[in-house]
Amino acid sequence: MKIAILINEGPYTHEATDSAYLFARAAIEKGHQVSRVFFYHDGVNNSTRLTEPPQDDRHVVNRWAKLAQDHNIDLVVCVAAALRRGIKDENLAPGFRISGLGQLIEAGIQADRLVTFGD
Amino acid sequence: MSEGQVKKFMYVNRKAPHGTIYALESLEVVLIAAAFDQDVSLAFMDDGVYQLKKGFNTKGIEVKNFQPTYRALDDYDINKLYVEQEALEARGLTQEDMCVPVEVLTRAEIGKLMETQDIVLSF
Amino acid sequence: MLHIVNKSPLDRNALDTCLATAQGGALLLIEDGVYAATTGNSAVGKLKQAMGQMKVYALKPDLEARGMADRVLDGVNLVDYGGFVDLVTEHATCQSWL
Repeated sequence: MKIAILINEGPYTHEATDSAYLFARAAIEKGHQVSRVFFYHDGVNNSTRLTEPPQDDRHVVNRWAKLAQDHNIDLVVCVAAALRRGIKDENLAPGFRISGLGQLIEAGIQADRLVTFGD
Repeated sequence: MSEGQVKKFMYVNRKAPHGTIYALESLEVVLIAAAFDQDVSLAFMDDGVYQLKKGFNTKGIEVKNFQPTYRALDDYDINKLYVEQEALEARGLTQEDMCVPVEVLTRAEIGKLMETQDIVLSF
Repeated sequence: MLHIVNKSPLDRNALDTCLATAQGGALLLIEDGVYAATTGNSAVGKLKQAMGQMKVYALKPDLEARGMADRVLDGVNLVDYGGFVDLVTEHATCQSWL
């Protein structure tokens, strides 16, 4: 099945992005396709390459990027929400791209399921 | 996107305006959704009914007043706005307090509508 | 449909509204929502009542992380993330009560 994911909260403050990541990984392990992850609201903060967690902690940004690279997931960061919060191409982590809200609607139309993680 | 595919999208709003940005950014999604010619409906539940309380004056908190945008939804053919009856009652509000025409439904009625959707988005 | 609740019932009303709105289907408790699935909390009656109308699931890793896996209510089905995925695919739609 084709599954899309919406993430509405940033890393570390909320569990939302961790839940979404573990859900996505499990979906892939079960043979499903995670077609797109859309980052909205403070969720755009999951995409900055300036993120530097302590070494003994998970790297939320990098593990999204790696999962996306390994399994061809489209990681889309909402442009309006991103610009409001200081996320631009110059500080965007590899594997992510900035685009419009239409990408969220399109993901909903094209995927079999859309699952939202947030606060 | 496959040509002409229409899905039923319901946007569920349960958060009060201004205290957090969810109401405004949810509205931005709905406006974009209008361009995709999908079946769009909005449900306002719990504190989400405060989003439609008429008479926003945001000058004092120095943020943009986005209430006029709700009134513009009709221009985009988005006119299925459902408001939870129990939420209005619990907040001392009535249908007359809403800034746009809405249909007042019980939670159970909203639940039945939710069952008919393809996509439910919650902000 | 699948209803997902991620808030403690003692902090927020997400579970209340979800249960009053849901027309059957399944309920999955994740994140802080898993506290609703544990014995002895003052909101436990609501979940017990809901079990009559819908199947109730809780995400085991979230219960374990909170030290609550040893006090799960009878009738709650525990799932891992794979089980979460199955619930999403088995139901035509899902609603996250954020």
